[in-house]
Amino acid sequence: MNHTIPEIQAEIVDEFSMLNDWVEKYEHLIDLGNNLRVIDESERKDENLIKGCQSRVWLHAKQKDSKVHYTADSDALITKGIIALMLRVFDNQPSDEIMKASLDFIDKIGLKEHLSPNRANGLLSMVKQIKFYALALQAKSV
Amino acid sequence: MEGSSLKEKTNINITSIREAFPILKRKVNGKNLIYLDNAASSQKPLSVIDAISEYYSNEHSNVHRGVHYLSQLATEKFEIARSKISTYINAAETRELIFTKGTTDSINLVANSLGRTLQAGDEVLITEMEHHSNIVPWQIAVNDHGAKLVVARIHDDGSLDLEDFYKKLSPKTRISSLVHISNALGTINPIKEIAKAVHEYGGLLLVDGAQSAHHMKVDVQKLNCDFYVGSGHKMYGPTGIGFLYGKAHLLEKMHPYQSGGEMIADVTFEKTTYQQLPFKFEAGTPNISGAIGLGAAVDFIQSIGIEKITEAESELLNYIQLKLSEVDGIRFIGTAKEKAGVVSFLIDGVHPYDIGAIIDKMGVAVRTGHHCTQPLMKRLNIPGTVRASLAVYNSKQDIDILTESVIRASKMLRK
Repeated sequence: MNHTIPEIQAEIVDEFSMLNDWVEKYEHLIDLGNNLRVIDESERKDENLIKGCQSRVWLHAKQKDSKVHYTADSDALITKGIIALMLRVFDNQPSDEIMKASLDFIDKIGLKEHLSPNRANGLLSMVKQIKFYALALQAKSV
Repeated sequence: MEGSSLKEKTNINITSIREAFPILKRKVNGKNLIYLDNAASSQKPLSVIDAISEYYSNEHSNVHRGVHYLSQLATEKFEIARSKISTYINAAETRELIFTKGTTDSINLVANSLGRTLQAGDEVLITEMEHHSNIVPWQIAVNDHGAKLVVARIHDDGSLDLEDFYKKLSPKTRISSLVHISNALGTINPIKEIAKAVHEYGGLLLVDGAQSAHHMKVDVQKLNCDFYVGSGHKMYGPTGIGFLYGKAHLLEKMHPYQSGGEMIADVTFEKTTYQQLPFKFEAGTPNISGAIGLGAAVDFIQSIGIEKITEAESELLNYIQLKLSEVDGIRFIGTAKEKAGVVSFLIDGVHPYDIGAIIDKMGVAVRTGHHCTQPLMKRLNIPGTVRASLAVYNSKQDIDILTESVIRASKMLRK
């Protein structure tokens, strides 16, 4: 059964609560980043690029049935790890659920600095873009 | 290799210098703060913090206007600060020192004011290693007046290609604007020699001193540059204050940049006449506390001695390069022979952002990214770098911890 966005966020918080310190958390993030599904080269194009001044993020979305499917990538590994978490939360969810979701797990697992505008790593814009895609795909399908 | 071949840092008392900076006692992420982001902004000694606090506690009023006691006191303090800074860079006259918001503001002032006199066919010569704030104001100025921006190349080691620079100089060159010490690479440019060449063609030279004013002795008369600009917050002073030095005869001819209070002599609805230098370029109530704080920062630098600071930082630069060479897969970006305390590097197969994010967890503050020099990063064909930049309070121990942290981060990232 497909889990809801709040359920997945709770799972991630649980998963991270078992890690003892920042080293273990970052090692886990790095593993997630390394295991993130490689996106098609065709999706790694400028149109899908979210510009951060430090690391770059590519995000692509398409609709299948009533769900939104996301693929994403980054040139930085930690950013990729966080992307893996975001995709776990948002991929294959209904667009209305995506639009109303509040993304509180990042703060709860102690990684909120990566969503600070100061980091300029593209993640904050990625969250906006994820929601924007959901809105756009929903509008298109009505 | 370990330290023994290197001279110990004996010429300055690092312990007492560190004592002067309250922030260095704090912890970051549970670790002692190792602050190596000084090219972005340096920390402040207590004497600067106290000077600002004393000003607001006991001396504040508006300047240059009131006949009352406090206004005169504030004006006196403000003008003493101006005099300290102009003496520090050896300006011929105090009125040649204009207070601004910082380097960016100073360059905008010159690009706007002098920019008004640009004509079609004129050229502004910059270099590939400039900070965005020494590119964009000139881009706007040349576009507004049909002039042309010309860019001199750099060598792969990050030094200026002087041959190319001289080739691009011509009677069309109205102004050349270039950085004294590159914020991204640490390259020191030979300003004296460049000034001579620019003047031979009848052009003017602006020097972006954001990274040099506090690292080396700057004598604007010896350099013979026409303008020299700097930021208070990079030289142990407060944010929001900086300066523009300009030769008096040039500033006198230049049109005001911003207008309003303070900068006028007489106003009628038909016509306004402007104040004398330096006030002509200081519209509105100035950043009085900032200027006083910057004056205190100059006192701080002089209490140690700028020559001693240069020597100590140069020794530390050798040490940091030596230590970081131990890191597997490291590549230094910017290896010019003449170099100040900035070390930019990349590690094979590792993104700079990842290094920066991990060593932050170890209490080490460095900068990662393009350092506001996107065209330079493009020229070097890199996404950005990790940059450690030095200040007077950095110790060899800081460098040891940086090195250990970078080694540990690379191991985590390459597993």
